[in-house]
Amino acid sequence: MFHSRFSDWPIVTRHQGWPRRLAPADGWRALGEALRADDLDLLGLWGDVECVHAAVLERSGAAPCVLSLPVWDGRVPSLGVFHAPAIRLERALQDLHGIEVTALPDPRPWLDHGHWPTRPARDRDRAQAGFEFLPANGPALHQIPVGPVHAGIIEPGHFRFSAHGEMIVRLEQRLGYTHKGVERLLAGCEVRAGHRLAARTSGDSAVAFAWAYSRAVETALGVQVPARATWLRAVMAELERIANHLGDIGAICNDASFALMHNECGMLREQVLRVVDGCFGHRLMMDCLVPGGVIADLDPAGSGRIGRLLDHIDRRMPELIELYDNTASLQDRTVGTGRLGSELAARFACGGVIGRASGRAFDVRCQLPYAPYDVVMPALTVLQEGDVDARVRVRLAEVSASTALIRRLLAGLPAGRSLLCDLPAPAETRESTALVEGFRGDILAYVRVAPDLRIESCHLRDPSWFQWPVLEAAVEGNIVADFPLCNKSFNCSYSGHDL
Amino acid sequence: MALIPSLALQFLQMLLVVAVAPLIIGITRKTRARLLRRTGAPVLQPYRDLARLLRKEALVAETASPLFRVYPYVAFGATWVAAALVPTFATGLLFSWSGDFIAIIALIGTGRATVALAGLDAGTSFGGIGSSREAMIAALAEPAMLMVVFIVALLSGTSQLTGIAAFMASPEVGLRVSLALGLTALVMVAIAENGRIPVDNPATHLELTMVHEAMVLEYAGRHLLMIELAAALKLIAYLAILSCVFLPFGLADAGAGAGAVAVGIAAFLAKLTALAALLAVFETSIAKMRVFRVPEFLGAALMLGLLGTLLLFVSRMSQ
Repeated sequence: MFHSRFSDWPIVTRHQGWPRRLAPADGWRALGEALRADDLDLLGLWGDVECVHAAVLERSGAAPCVLSLPVWDGRVPSLGVFHAPAIRLERALQDLHGIEVTALPDPRPWLDHGHWPTRPARDRDRAQAGFEFLPANGPALHQIPVGPVHAGIIEPGHFRFSAHGEMIVRLEQRLGYTHKGVERLLAGCEVRAGHRLAARTSGDSAVAFAWAYSRAVETALGVQVPARATWLRAVMAELERIANHLGDIGAICNDASFALMHNECGMLREQVLRVVDGCFGHRLMMDCLVPGGVIADLDPAGSGRIGRLLDHIDRRMPELIELYDNTASLQDRTVGTGRLGSELAARFACGGVIGRASGRAFDVRCQLPYAPYDVVMPALTVLQEGDVDARVRVRLAEVSASTALIRRLLAGLPAGRSLLCDLPAPAETRESTALVEGFRGDILAYVRVAPDLRIESCHLRDPSWFQWPVLEAAVEGNIVADFPLCNKSFNCSYSGHDL
Repeated sequence: MALIPSLALQFLQMLLVVAVAPLIIGITRKTRARLLRRTGAPVLQPYRDLARLLRKEALVAETASPLFRVYPYVAFGATWVAAALVPTFATGLLFSWSGDFIAIIALIGTGRATVALAGLDAGTSFGGIGSSREAMIAALAEPAMLMVVFIVALLSGTSQLTGIAAFMASPEVGLRVSLALGLTALVMVAIAENGRIPVDNPATHLELTMVHEAMVLEYAGRHLLMIELAAALKLIAYLAILSCVFLPFGLADAGAGAGAVAVGIAAFLAKLTALAALLAVFETSIAKMRVFRVPEFLGAALMLGLLGTLLLFVSRMSQ
């Protein structure tokens, strides 16, 4: 169905890896209808020079593809009319690229709060004036504004609750406070330096973002990365996943005021970070992963340290699961709270733990495997409940799955080089798109490389783009005091989203 | 008994409760930190925090009414008087005849109502949330507390805490089911009233889940000092009530000598420390409950209290 619909669209030959097709003038409508018919997942939507790209994935088979629509007269038609997940992406498209999206259901600015000094004053005023929160009508409703400055040490984001007593009637998020202009900084940057910016898109996913960026660059250049490098990348990515999942599990329990779990998990996470620091030279493995391989190779002593760490984690995990299971007061808070329906999770193509806790059996490592996951496949845990408890349990299972995965990776670690000395300059401009599974979900990276090995254009799409909107739906009907618990169980990225 | 020494003893008690209140908070926090395998702040840290607050500027919200500055002192005053009326190390102190158990509950309630009003005063949404939750908790906790008062008052034939303590220390108390029910209800009420886990988390940074902290978010400097001290005094008052009714040993009698007073003070401090540590252990082992579970929790306390009272009536009628 998918192929019959888009196969006559011309292919862009300079795009490597996935096919990229040029949409005809009315192609966006056909795409919108296909998305509405629910046989396609939207993976990303971003602006480029005189065109707009949409990355989509066929639900049934693993057939990702990029579709591009030229921008006429500074305008493109809206996909959000057909497919709600596109709305925020299109609002960001308007803010970041000045492309007008016609018939956009929600035309308010998104990332641009009217404070960017590079903008003309007229646009700044428009952005400042053009924001009004959605209304909630009814008797005895009151509004609670929360943030962007919070009492805890978290990233900035504004949450506007319309509540009926303690009951949340509507939540609206306002994000964009951590906009750093990563994509603009990346444009014109050297390919071998871009990974530094990519890794800083969201610091807790440094490995995953650098990997997504590097994969896109390598595919664009047609480079074969040494096997040892891809295996080491997977070791790093799984260690990152373990550290973040442990942090999240503890933090969720802490938001239910069960600090014991928080401290136990915090200690384990710290042990992971210290071992990682000892093996790769940085606690978050920033800049360890570069286009062409990895900078930090692992010696046998490092393997031994990681092995002992995994033994320790595997010993502690059953105890932590038992503690979680046996604390009835904690389960009372997590079970049934912040339920996300599987239908909504599927429509928004929610990646990562959030999707897998709501019945969406999608993991890039399994569905679109990239080396070394084509050889060493992770165990996939999918739950149907979609509540906070399910998200905790999926994380608990994934920690154990990742330790098992690292053991296999370390056991079969290929010998040889772990870094290519040179990246070959392409004869002409080349581009590619890559999808990598981070701890939050699928990270999309699109890179276009010029013949002088500079980046012409780069787009990094954090998984949170499709997770933040469903959080608004998941907390509806919950009580205000349970919002922190729901929010922490999602743990969406502010920085990666605001870019 | 001469007026001057009894007045001196009464003042000693008033100073003692204020002086040890931050220490008890410090002990609770330290115990909890050690249980969570953290080093934790020093036990004396609450004193430093209060000293810091004293040095800081007392900022007042622009939207606040003139009463905003008054609430903290009223709350502190009412709680302090309540704490002064409870027999801590000695029974029969000078002021103890001026207010009975019910008056103490009312004084603590006054302090709480004042803080709840203060939360509404500045007109912020968090203050409103905190005050509404506090009002809900208070409305449910107070009847349960009164049931506890009835149980002990019916048993000892007086509502004066001095008399109750004397009765409870005497051998005629015996083993009574009503008292066990009353003790459980009192502990539950004390946890709710003092905003401890599982009802409220005094250490939380999550604005949306706060109760007590949300009400006092707008306070700073010496005003916050008063409120913090009042909260600490309230904890002391409840621990003192708990120990004088259910652990009445070591109390000095009216007109006792310096030795008995010293023993009384030592026993009081030991009881406070033990109860504070117990509180920390309990708080570590449980998660906070949903806000709408609090009525069930306090409803259980009320039922236990009611059951205790009814049992007393039944046993009295059958005699």
